[in-house]
Amino acid sequence: MLPDWGQVGFLLLIAIMFPIGGIGSSWLLGRIRMRPDYPDRIKEDTYECGVETEGPTWVQFNFRYYYFALLFVIFDVEAVFLYPYAVSGERLVVVGLIEMLTFVGILFIGLLYAWRKNALEWT
Amino acid sequence: MTYEEALFYVIAAITVAGALGVVTARNVIHSALFLILALLGVAAVYVLLASEFLAIVQVLVYGGAVTILILFAMMLTRVRDIEGPLDGPQRPFAALAATVFLGTTVLAVTQTEWRGETDEATVVTIEQIGEALFSTWAMPFEIASLLLMVALIGAIVLARGEEGE
Repeated sequence: MLPDWGQVGFLLLIAIMFPIGGIGSSWLLGRIRMRPDYPDRIKEDTYECGVETEGPTWVQFNFRYYYFALLFVIFDVEAVFLYPYAVSGERLVVVGLIEMLTFVGILFIGLLYAWRKNALEWT
Repeated sequence: MTYEEALFYVIAAITVAGALGVVTARNVIHSALFLILALLGVAAVYVLLASEFLAIVQVLVYGGAVTILILFAMMLTRVRDIEGPLDGPQRPFAALAATVFLGTTVLAVTQTEWRGETDEATVVTIEQIGEALFSTWAMPFEIASLLLMVALIGAIVLARGEEGE
């Protein structure tokens, strides 16, 4: 089983090397003076070609975002349960489907409640 | 030393470094990012222990959802960098609690009779977990959905109550 996960590890390695390679090679070429270096105030802006940032970055976000975080956690756990159903053998196709539909159905009641209570709306 | 062992030590070192980062970082957002690193390290340990499903749950639920909740809670509560020492009169109690926890953990590790190597451990595939879940453990599985629904409704009720309708 571990060799299968080796591929995941390989992907992870590439993912880590990608940003390190870009930033690192730029820094290295700068050190040996192979890349031009003309620092400028506008170049060092947070958003070089965007709206200028104003005020502190630590602002309080709207409370309503928390609803979506909570809903995400619940449905994330639901997705975890969907996974073993999706890969389970053919023996359990019908029974599994009924059980999974019951599971999703019960959670759907919760989603309906959230909908009725306007937790999904941005007012 | 087998390559699994070498891998374990690398992963364990990363996990411990992440956990240390959580408690030493001055910026709470950095703490949360270190927490993600530590939780992903634990997921990698699960992979080494031949517990695929647990590793996936760890990444999806802990590495994803729980840390998102923590980050959202920080974004909503106007947290700042912690300035000055984090000390108080609770220090002896904290030391006591930490010592007791460390002692219990060390005792558990030394008293447990560890059996077998990782490759000798029975690998339970996700298909087997699915079949067991939908046949033997069908009822607890459905009750889990009820629990999730209660958590969902409870969270909304609590959140709305705080908002003051």
